[in-house]
Amino acid sequence: MTEKAMSFSTAWKSFYAKAGLPRIVIGVFFIFLNIVSIVIGISFGSLMTDVIIRALMNMILVLAMVPGIRSGIGLNFGLPLGILCGLLGGVISIELDFTGAMGFLMAILIAIPFAIIVGIAYGWLLNRVKGSEMMVATYVGFSAVSLMSIGWMLLPLNAPEMAWPMGMGVRTTISLEGRFNHILNDFWRFPTGDMDLSFGGFEIPTGLILFVSFMLFVMWVINRSKMGIAMKTVGANPKFATASGLNVNFYRMFGTVLSTVFGAIGILVYAQSFGFLQLYLAPMFMGFAAVAGVLIGGANVRDANISHVIIGTFLFQGLLVIALPVANNIMTLGSLAEITRLVVSNGIILYALTQVTGGD
Amino acid sequence: MENNVTIDRGILDRKTKIKRFFVKNMVTIMFIILSYIGFHYSGLSVPFFMSELITRFARNGFLVLALIIPVMAGMGLNFAIVLGAMAGQMGIIMVVHWGITGVPGVLLCVLLSTPLAIIFGFLTGKLLNKTKGQEMITSLILGFFANGIYQFIFLILVGSVIPMVNEEMILSSGVGLRVTIALNDTIRYALDDVWRFSFIHTVLIATIIFLIIYAVKLYKMKKGETADAPTDKSKTYFNLGVVVALLAVTLGVMFSESRINDLQVPMITFAIIGVLCLFTYFLSKTKLGQDLRTVGQDRHIAKVSGINSDGIRVLAIVLSTLLAAYGQIIYLQNLGTLSTYGSHEQVGMFAIAALLIGGASVTKATIGQAVLGTILFHTLFIVSPLAGRNLFGDAQLGEYFRAFVAYGVIGLSLAMHAWKKYLQSKDELGM
Repeated sequence: MTEKAMSFSTAWKSFYAKAGLPRIVIGVFFIFLNIVSIVIGISFGSLMTDVIIRALMNMILVLAMVPGIRSGIGLNFGLPLGILCGLLGGVISIELDFTGAMGFLMAILIAIPFAIIVGIAYGWLLNRVKGSEMMVATYVGFSAVSLMSIGWMLLPLNAPEMAWPMGMGVRTTISLEGRFNHILNDFWRFPTGDMDLSFGGFEIPTGLILFVSFMLFVMWVINRSKMGIAMKTVGANPKFATASGLNVNFYRMFGTVLSTVFGAIGILVYAQSFGFLQLYLAPMFMGFAAVAGVLIGGANVRDANISHVIIGTFLFQGLLVIALPVANNIMTLGSLAEITRLVVSNGIILYALTQVTGGD
Repeated sequence: MENNVTIDRGILDRKTKIKRFFVKNMVTIMFIILSYIGFHYSGLSVPFFMSELITRFARNGFLVLALIIPVMAGMGLNFAIVLGAMAGQMGIIMVVHWGITGVPGVLLCVLLSTPLAIIFGFLTGKLLNKTKGQEMITSLILGFFANGIYQFIFLILVGSVIPMVNEEMILSSGVGLRVTIALNDTIRYALDDVWRFSFIHTVLIATIIFLIIYAVKLYKMKKGETADAPTDKSKTYFNLGVVVALLAVTLGVMFSESRINDLQVPMITFAIIGVLCLFTYFLSKTKLGQDLRTVGQDRHIAKVSGINSDGIRVLAIVLSTLLAAYGQIIYLQNLGTLSTYGSHEQVGMFAIAALLIGGASVTKATIGQAVLGTILFHTLFIVSPLAGRNLFGDAQLGEYFRAFVAYGVIGLSLAMHAWKKYLQSKDELGM
């Protein structure tokens, strides 16, 4: 009897050490919210549909963290760079008047070369600021977003849904209606109910699941390839990597470029589900949510893999999705979800930062 | 022949010196040029511009100065002054709720925010001691995190858990504070209005005081009483020249019909900023200031010489947070509206951008840099929307440009510092 209790307590201790207090709190909170949502009678089916869609539409942005962390640049707070490339791809695709699946595909194809170029420049910079990557990346991201805000105002775009009827610049949000709105979400969606997902009961967005799975698979293959293993070595132990003849800066740059490209694809997947391209200041803080997602899944500043992405995104986005109706039911306050997001995402990042050095 | 060589070397020295001066102060010089261009295209009149600048300097100067002490302690730019600003706002919220007005209101704000700021600073310091080497990103994220907690308290707990009844401040649902709280009837201009004095006379008196100081210094040098290096002498001459030129301009303006003569200065606010300058200056001369710098330069040496480096670091952050709380009170009593959930958000970024524009870096920041930076940054703030509208036909463009400048200057300065550090570590390893 006591032995059993002992083994349980050691198991709990090892789990506690591995998961860390914040993750356990978040997990318990998530389960608690689920129970509350059932008790107060929120339609569970539609809620789960929302959770699945929200998690999947964010997952590639979170996945973009993996190559960054594995190659040793740490948490890629500069994700807005990739996001901007993706948005640029989307905008150009609309300007060239592509629609439907072609529009989505072209957006990705146009975005990737931009992302590669930007990623190389960004990787070059990060190779020169070793040890302070995260802080520099954050501000590179911020300044890129505000510089691109000027860009959005000056770009000569004329498609009617993008340009203001008068004055200069592109609209703040561009509707994807008639372009590639829900192109993945609605592909083989079943059961095909009406368009309104939130009240249609439980639905499976097959296209989104397939595409995200494909991207996860691509990352999985990269991680297991020769390049991926070299990248991991460089990230884990740069001195050992140098000794074994690996070009540390090259693999760090490779990781940065990958991260930027996945960020670009990620925002397009996000946008097709959200229904709008959000320009100007919207991408500013998207990097933080992605960082928080991967950390909640169990990654740290030195190590991340695909399971962390899947668990973390479902937990974090699920928490945010469920918190909203629950909060609205208990007391009519819309802001609780936003507050949860701020506290949870920044709390987990702070926790991860304290785990890096832990003093000296 | 020998003479020639020495002369050549002298010229070369001067050339490299000038070059070094420009490289070192690149950011500041760039901003002076940028500010001038912006001012030119904004089409603003000098008196209007000056009055805006005086207001903005009085508003923000204190907050920028609050950043200096952590830099001395080697902790970089303290983005967590946001927490200090929150403490200041908490004091203001209580004072406005109780309806205490004028100078007593402000003093009560200070009294109430002091313990809060000390607690926040202490916790921040403890956290930063756990993340050595990553202090800046931690303080930045901590600001966001604290913002979440702050919103939770004032949007959800106030009115529901914390009893508070005040129709003007609480949302109609009875829970949560309104998004903006007007300070018009309570503490607006409480400090500024105590004593407003003619701007031009203030400048006149200041220049005369400086003139006397430099004249005495020069007189002593001539007599050879001080053992100053010749560079100091030329510096004094230069300063004296600047002061004389300023005096001439001041007198010129005084005898003209310019509207600059109508400008007024909130003397108490400026005096408080002046006191903080003196405090920071004298702090750096004390034993504590020495310890701060030792910890900033090398924690191991500090440890060997028996300094409790963790304690010093916490103290530096507590001081910075406390000053930020007071700075935010000064800021809001001038602004007159408390944006309950927004006033504190940008405080860290704007203060840091201002300090860096003044020529400071992650490891070195002086009072002069803080003052110059505040002036330049806010010049850009005043002129860029108008310049944007006049140059490109859109004021929004100027505002984006301003945001880009603030973020860009921080990013650039962080990157340059990190690059330097990286190169140094490479040198040490002999790679």
